[in-house]
Amino acid sequence: MKTSRFTVWLPYLWLLIFFLAPFALVLKLSLSEPAIAIPPYNPVLTWEEGIAGWWVDLKRLSFENYRFITEDSLYWKSYLSSVWIATVSTLLTLAIGFPLAYGMARAPRAMRPVLLMLVILPFWTSFLIRVYAWIGILKKEGLLNQFLLWAGLIDQPLTILNTDVAVYIGIVYSYLPFMVLPLYANLEKQDATLLEAAADLGCTPFRAFWTVTWPLALPGVLAGCFLVFIPAVGEFVIPALLGGSDTLMIGQTLYDEFFKNRDWPVSSTVAVILLAILIIPIVIFQRLQQREAGA
Amino acid sequence: MKGVASFRRDFEPWNDGSARPFIQFDNLTKRYGAVTAVDRLSLDIYEREFFALLGPSGCGKTTLMRVLAGFEEASEGAVYLEGEDLAGRPPYRRPVNMMFQSYALFPHMDVAKNIAFGLKQDGMGKGEITDRVAEMLTLVKMEGFATRKPDQLSGGQRQRVALARSLAKQPRLLLLDEPLGALDRKLREETQFELVDLQERLGITFMIVTHDQEEAMTMADRIAVMDVGQIVQVAPPAEIYERPASRYVADFLGDMNFLPTTITSTKGDLATMEGEDGTVLKALNPHQATIGRNAWFAARPEKFRISRNRPVAACNVLQGEVWDIAYLGDLTIYKVRLGDGTFIKASQLNRDVMADDPITWEEQVWLHADPQTALVLPA
Ligand SMILES: Nc1ncnc2c1ncn2[C@@H]1O[C@H](COP(=O)(O)OP(=O)(O)OP(=O)(O)O)[C@@H](O)[C@H]1O
Ligand SMILES: [Mg+2]
Repeated sequence: MKTSRFTVWLPYLWLLIFFLAPFALVLKLSLSEPAIAIPPYNPVLTWEEGIAGWWVDLKRLSFENYRFITEDSLYWKSYLSSVWIATVSTLLTLAIGFPLAYGMARAPRAMRPVLLMLVILPFWTSFLIRVYAWIGILKKEGLLNQFLLWAGLIDQPLTILNTDVAVYIGIVYSYLPFMVLPLYANLEKQDATLLEAAADLGCTPFRAFWTVTWPLALPGVLAGCFLVFIPAVGEFVIPALLGGSDTLMIGQTLYDEFFKNRDWPVSSTVAVILLAILIIPIVIFQRLQQREAGA
Repeated sequence: MKGVASFRRDFEPWNDGSARPFIQFDNLTKRYGAVTAVDRLSLDIYEREFFALLGPSGCGKTTLMRVLAGFEEASEGAVYLEGEDLAGRPPYRRPVNMMFQSYALFPHMDVAKNIAFGLKQDGMGKGEITDRVAEMLTLVKMEGFATRKPDQLSGGQRQRVALARSLAKQPRLLLLDEPLGALDRKLREETQFELVDLQERLGITFMIVTHDQEEAMTMADRIAVMDVGQIVQVAPPAEIYERPASRYVADFLGDMNFLPTTITSTKGDLATMEGEDGTVLKALNPHQATIGRNAWFAARPEKFRISRNRPVAACNVLQGEVWDIAYLGDLTIYKVRLGDGTFIKASQLNRDVMADDPITWEEQVWLHADPQTALVLPA
């Protein structure tokens, strides 16, 4: 009895230590004011005056940072642009990942572990190095341009590096496994006799895909999309390395605020709002899953 | 065959030389790698026939249906539908519906949508679909379950939905792979009745796999008994029961007692033989076993009469001790041990088993079977 209760609480404990506690710190930071000090802010809600002092502190909490962020267009443009880039990349990843996962799930049983291995293999090298490698491929005199020139498809090298296109390529490349794996897990366990039953009842393979395979794959599609979308919104490395000066993503804005401006409270505020934005799709996702289970 | 009538209707197209088969398996072979699931099988099935496939697990019944439905390609040979080779025709263009052994219900659709699925593919009108779905639900007695998802149903209920879904399109040929196995006896009997009724009303040809021989006997016009990819015998129920072609068929359908013998003389349909202990046995000899050959004397339990006094007969008289008695309600089965240690099962109708002085354990009894009810089967 005791152990079972313990195992139930274990994930919550984990969440408390590694998510809620740091989040509380960030939230507190976002409500304080910047200062020229070390650390560079005026702390609020300190222990110095005990619990009684908190009441006074609460009134002193500053929502100034939040107001500031809504007023400066840089921030909401960053958010919007991040969400847009993440959405487009997620859709692209889905468009590439679905046929890939589908092919893997339909491959001969003996081949599947090998294919799965190939999908996971890139994780064995550093993410940073792989993104760097794309610079070599995408730059003006890079591999891609050389190939296209050699093939006679273009006669001027294309400018891809330091544009949004390079960011899309980077995100799609980096996050593809996160799309493929849940999709594969879903498609692989789909019962093939369902398609036979559909065909038996007069359904062409094309229609059978849309009436049987796709609806049954939706949980996998959703899981894959969230696994790509959520980290992509906050992505920092890829736009920093592959994006251009006009590529606006919230991860970079946050970085600049923190390290260049040394404005910890504002960068914390940016992070808190980012989390709020991301929680919306997560809640939708959970609702859908509950409905799926409850229906 | 003499003495064995077809009980249902005047329906015997397989005896009519001019009748054209509806389905024709022509030397069909289906191999999976090294496994030969169907082995040079030839079989004709006629329109409106109710055809039952019987055979042990793994003998190729499902495979045969899957080739017919178009999910598997024949390795050799061909399947014809009304004379037309079906090779290369995809499942969705065959006038055939199959009920899967695993049901294969669509988990994301409720019961009504599952049943409506095939009708929608045909572009049937909405109102008509609703009517047909309701009709099918009534047929399988699942009226209250239209909005349930398959995972909210019991095994028997799922089976009924699968049956309803395959019936809904009212195809020309229905393949049912163990359609009633998960149903209780009463529901099964009712559904059997509905199926036969449906077949008579709509003229659908049925091919059904079942492990329940009683089901096959009551429903089918003909029964085929299969063994490792081949058909051993095809015949109407009474014929296959009364005149099994081999020991395998006799064993598979019902109970049969076997005694090893040597043929001593033949006369007309009958052969006389001698048991190992010299007992004189006489039985029908449809396979024309010749004098001197070893053969089985075969008789079903209900063909034996059991008595305390030696019956007045010149042959088929056996003596032994009652070893075991099984009371089955309508029947009582006596297991009698003969002098040489072999056992004979004899069943008696319980019309008078509750008589004052019933035969009981360890009694010495006599058994007798009429020569016309026993068979000589090849050894
Ligand atoms: N896809 C497959 N790959 C390899 N072997 C198969 C395949 N399908 C069936 N077999 C083999 O073919 C043989 C016939 O199988 P089938 O499913 O037709 O048997 P069945 O008569 O329907 O048995 P049951 O009564 O248990 O349903 C079996 O030996 C089986 O193992
Ligand atoms: Mg089977």
